[in-house]
Amino acid sequence: MLQVAITNYIALSATIFFVGVAGVLLRRNPLIMLMSIELMWNAANLLFLAFARMWANNAGHIFAFLVITVAAAEAAIGLAIVVIVFRDAKNVDVDEVAGLRG
Amino acid sequence: MIGFLFLAVVLIASAVWVVTAKKPVYSVVGLLAHFAALAAMYVSLSAEFLGVVQIIVYSGAILVLFVFVIALLSSGVDPFSVGPNRLPKAAVPAALLVLGSLALTAYGVFKAPTVGPRVGGAAIAAQAGDANAFGSVADFGKALFTVHLLPFEITALVLMVAVIGVILLAGEKPPLSGSSEQAAKARREMREAIVRAGDE
Repeated sequence: MLQVAITNYIALSATIFFVGVAGVLLRRNPLIMLMSIELMWNAANLLFLAFARMWANNAGHIFAFLVITVAAAEAAIGLAIVVIVFRDAKNVDVDEVAGLRG
Repeated sequence: MIGFLFLAVVLIASAVWVVTAKKPVYSVVGLLAHFAALAAMYVSLSAEFLGVVQIIVYSGAILVLFVFVIALLSSGVDPFSVGPNRLPKAAVPAALLVLGSLALTAYGVFKAPTVGPRVGGAAIAAQAGDANAFGSVADFGKALFTVHLLPFEITALVLMVAVIGVILLAGEKPPLSGSSEQAAKARREMREAIVRAGDE
């Protein structure tokens, strides 16, 4: 079934990961930044599963499961913070947030 | 291979759409397409259970959460059309970064050096559809509850910490905004609502 070389999966994962990096670096909208972080989580997950398939070892599946859980927790907490910070704000721009500065 | 290429194109295009879309709602739609294609790719990697988990957790829970937050934040004001956006300014370095990665993809597709042995490739293909096949629910569950029990328990802990954290953050008293008077009023109203509900 694995007609596709593992290199292709690595390259695809890297591409999606870098698109996510670009999103976090370039966009100032916290929601789109969080979505870009989700893209990066998923790129890592894809690679976990590709290698699990390659070595016929389902430890990669367990790890991908763990990653999905942590991503869900991260999204929930991140969105809660976004809601708190921008509840009364006129616009949503992370550059204007100084409330968490030490 | 054709399926992989099709899914790869969908994945990359939807990822770029997520990053470049003007409004977050459009990004959510792109993310939905991304997750659907990713679930299909998981199934093609004989990770059936995780494909289903991907759809349930990501498309079902996380995306709905995003949509809720977007709806919550856009009420009243028009927050998403205001504010600077660095996308045009830094588009060139970002494009270089992504194009370099794409070149790596092309290299992988055309050159495709084999990395390591393909352990059990034919054996896995032969037992596809079997109840105990690699990546099936039974296989995954057996591994999760025997060998990898500790990560599973840690997963539960992580989720509990997240739930407590979110309740603390988004609870009745907003920590960063609003006065304590407002919070007291909200508390009083909530108490009255609970009492009313108890009477009925």
